[in-house]
Amino acid sequence: MDDLYRDYILDHYKQPRNFGELDPHDLEALEHNPLCGDELGVHIRINDGRVEDLRFHGHGCAISQAAASIASEELKGMTLDEIGALDADWMINLLGIPVSATRRKCALLNLKVVRGAVTGDNAWPS
Amino acid sequence: MPRVAERVLDVRADFPILARRDGGRPLAYLDSGATAQKPQSVIDAVSEHLSEHNANVHRGVYPLAQEADAAFEGARARIASFTGATPQTTIFTKNATEAINLVAYAWGRANISEGDAVLITQMEHHANIVPWQVLCRERGAELRYLDVDDQGQLSAAELDAELARGDVKLVAFAHVSNVLGTINPVADMAARVRAAGAVSLIDGAQAVPQLPVDVGLIDADFYAWTGHKALGPTGIGVLHGRRELLEAMEPFLTGGDMIASVDFQSSTWNELPWKFEAGTPMVAEAVGLATAVDYLADLGMDRVREHELTLGAYLLEGLSGVPGLRIVGPPRAEDRGALASFTIEGLHPHDIAELVGREGVCIRAGHHCAQPLMRCLGVGATARASLGVYNDRSDVDALIGALLGAREIFALDAA
Repeated sequence: MDDLYRDYILDHYKQPRNFGELDPHDLEALEHNPLCGDELGVHIRINDGRVEDLRFHGHGCAISQAAASIASEELKGMTLDEIGALDADWMINLLGIPVSATRRKCALLNLKVVRGAVTGDNAWPS
Repeated sequence: MPRVAERVLDVRADFPILARRDGGRPLAYLDSGATAQKPQSVIDAVSEHLSEHNANVHRGVYPLAQEADAAFEGARARIASFTGATPQTTIFTKNATEAINLVAYAWGRANISEGDAVLITQMEHHANIVPWQVLCRERGAELRYLDVDDQGQLSAAELDAELARGDVKLVAFAHVSNVLGTINPVADMAARVRAAGAVSLIDGAQAVPQLPVDVGLIDADFYAWTGHKALGPTGIGVLHGRRELLEAMEPFLTGGDMIASVDFQSSTWNELPWKFEAGTPMVAEAVGLATAVDYLADLGMDRVREHELTLGAYLLEGLSGVPGLRIVGPPRAEDRGALASFTIEGLHPHDIAELVGREGVCIRAGHHCAQPLMRCLGVGATARASLGVYNDRSDVDALIGALLGAREIFALDAA
C-alpha cells in the first residue's frame, strides 16, 4: 500500500464528508494556498458555544481534501475555545500519514480556515 | 506531421546533474520551464572566473581588475550578439522580473498618466502583470487584457481594436506562454503596436532558451529575458531596449557605477548600458550566461527548436494516450514551445507531481505564476512538463509510465 495515499485518504478524497455549503451559518472563512492556488472555505453553525454543524467547500489535492474531510468529523461538537487551541500536530496526527515539508500546507489549509473563522486569526497553524 | 529524426540533439552527457541517480533511477528532468540545468562548460566558466579572474569591475587599474572588466564587458558583447542586440542596449538585471519592473518604473512613471491604458494579455506570468497593476493603480491608468481563445491564441483583430481606442500607451505580452506554450507572433504584434504610436514590451523568458530570437528582427521597444532558463546561472537577467527610449529614461535603481559624476545635491548619469546598472553587477553570472549562450549558439538555435519541436510532438502524443488527461493550449506542436500543461480527471496536479516525482520525473504543479490565466481556463492548477536541450524520448516515456502508475494508485481505472 502507498505510504501517503492510503486507502482511507483516497476514500476521504473521493467521498469527502461534510462537503458543500451550510445555510444558515454563523461563521465562515475562505483561504487560498498560495503555492498552488487551491481554495478552501468553511461554513460553521454554532449552538450553545459548540460547533453544531460545518461544511467545507472549494478544491484541492488529495491531501488537503482528505485533511478537511477527516477533520470535519472531529470538529463537530468542539467548543470554539477548543478549536482555537488546535495546532499543526493535531492535524498531522489525525491524518496519520508522513507529510513532507512541501505538502505541509496542503494538510494544514483546512485548520487555517477553520481557526480563521472561529478566532479571526488566519495565521498558518504551527 | 512530417517524420523527422528521432533525436536531433544528443547532449545529455554535457549536463553533470543528469548523471544523478535517485534510488537507482535516472533523473527525468522535465521542469526546464522553471529553470534549466547547466552544462559543464557554464559551471566551469563561473568557477574559473572566480578562481582566476575575480576583481571588481569598472574601477581598478591593476591587471587583475582589467581582466575582470574584459571578462564582464566581453560577456555582455557575446550575450548581445546572441540575441541580435548591441552591448549598449543590453542591460543586466537580476532576472526577467526585474527587467520588466525597470521598464514599469523608469519608463512607465514618466509616460503613463491618468486616462491612459496599459494593455497586457490573459496568458501573462505574474511578472508581466503585477508591475503594470501597480503602475496603473499609482497613475490612475487602466489595465486591460487581450483574451486568450480556446486554442490558446491571441487575436490580432482584438489587438487592433484595443489600439484603435487611442488610449493605449504600452502593450506587454509573452513571446512564449509558460502555461499554454503558445508562441505569439511577436514581430507582427510589435509592428501593430508601433503603428498605433504605443510602446511594446515582450517577456521572452521562455522563448530565448528554445527559439532563435533576434531582437532586431522582432523590433519591439523592450525585450526582457532571464539567464537561468537559458542554461545560465541564477541572478542575471537581460533587458534589451530601443536606444532612444533608454537614453530618454531616468535611471531605475541608483547608486554607484550608474553615475557620471556626483555632487552634494545632484548627480549626472552614466551612459548606456551602465546608467541602469547600479552597484557592483553580477560579474561571474554574466560570464556564466555568456558561456551558456555560446553553448546554445554552437548547437544552433534552429537545431534546438527542431529538437524541442520533435520531442514536444512526442510529448503531446504520449500525453494524449493517458486516459482522462486534458492538455491546455494550442493543439499543434508547431504552434507551441516545448512544454505541455495538463490536468487528469480525478487526480489533482499536486498529487500528480508528487507521484511522478517518486519515479524520478520532475514536473511542476500549481498555477505557474499565472493565476488569471488559470481562472480563464477554469482550473485551479495544472501539471506541466517542459523540455530542454538535454531531454530525450526516455524522459517522456518515464513521465507517461509514471502518470499511468499514478492513475493506478488512485484506482481511477476501477472507478
